[in-house]
Amino acid sequence: MSIEEFVSKVEAEFEDMPKGTLKPETDYRSIKGWSSMHALIIIAFVDIHFNITLSGSDLKSTQTVQDLYNLIQQKTQA
Amino acid sequence: MSIYKTSGVSIKGISVCVPKEKKSIFDYRHIKPEEQELFYKTVGIKERRVADTHTTCSDLCEKAANYFFENNITSRENIDIILFVSQSPDYFLPSTSIILQDKLKLKKSVLAFDITLGCSGYVYGLSVISSFMQSGQFKQALLLCGDKSTISTFEEDKSAYPLFGDAGSATLIEYDANAGEMIFNLNSDGSGKNAIIIEHGHSRHPYNAESEVVREIEPGLKRAKKHLALNGQDIFTFALKDVPPNISETLKASNKSVQEIDYFVLHQANKLINETIRKKLGIEKEKFPYSLELFGNTSSASIPLTLCLALEQQLTKESLHLLLCGFGVGLSWGSVYLTSNPLSCARIIEL
Repeated sequence: MSIEEFVSKVEAEFEDMPKGTLKPETDYRSIKGWSSMHALIIIAFVDIHFNITLSGSDLKSTQTVQDLYNLIQQKTQA
Repeated sequence: MSIYKTSGVSIKGISVCVPKEKKSIFDYRHIKPEEQELFYKTVGIKERRVADTHTTCSDLCEKAANYFFENNITSRENIDIILFVSQSPDYFLPSTSIILQDKLKLKKSVLAFDITLGCSGYVYGLSVISSFMQSGQFKQALLLCGDKSTISTFEEDKSAYPLFGDAGSATLIEYDANAGEMIFNLNSDGSGKNAIIIEHGHSRHPYNAESEVVREIEPGLKRAKKHLALNGQDIFTFALKDVPPNISETLKASNKSVQEIDYFVLHQANKLINETIRKKLGIEKEKFPYSLELFGNTSSASIPLTLCLALEQQLTKESLHLLLCGFGVGLSWGSVYLTSNPLSCARIIEL
């Protein structure tokens, strides 16, 4: 999955988010209306699509969508 | 060994008692309206039942158990074992099950004891009772599971307060030489103890002045040490990582495929958790009932409550292949495969 595809799929998971809000460099926690439920939506999305279960501390180590993408790449190759 | 089998034991009836008072997420003022909407959509809870100050979990279980006697499903003298599975007992001591022996007017030769478990409690309780009963030396048993979780959550803690509902269940279990096997798969991991914990009030940290001090844990989220603390992300990761393989192992040990199971009834934790588990295991939506929307997370009563809410007709008319699975606080988790015979009742009542 390319970073572009990843960004648009994550965006689609957040049904309440206008299209184009997320970019690779977006600091996702600073998005207006961000809540802990969005973090759970990301964990669920990554689990289903990549078969990787991210932990709370995995998520904490990332700041941007690109970081998240990189982390997943790293874990799929490990 | 985590897998083991019992035989000759069947469920005869289920009854669940919930308090009348409802609390809606849309009236919860500690989160904004758009967050309420997201909560409803993601977590799946619209409302939950809350017991008043005078009502305990054992009161709900007592009413649920009395349903069997008042409707001639069994009589009091048939009960040989009473097991109360809960994390909200009446007292530090004695055990609540013993108090219930008296309140339910059961004979003194009854075995009465408590087990302290939460969300995994129904499956664990079933395993303990069926182990006793498969010998054929006991006639019938009452498995009482539930919690008054709302007593330990703090209103300004949005990570826990809107999740839990109160409920008490009673399951009537009997010896039946012709009953099929129950195949259990039970697990524990105490390294996750902090994922859901009430730190103060027992012997590790006895209740003291500090237990009452409300602190801001993160912006907009407050609680004291006497309150239930829940780390949603840790629970989430645990549930996605450990529950699907547990269910797969149980199915394998039972020689059953996902398609051969009529219903998968899981602990009602959070819609996103349960839906992710469902998709990972490839289970169809129709086989995966919920009670979350109207009752929230009801701890060890969630499985019997979901059975009664969604499957009353099927359970009382047909024989079903069921996979039940509980998971949560401990960490503790387990599943069981069983074939149910038509039940005498699967009823929700109010107190």
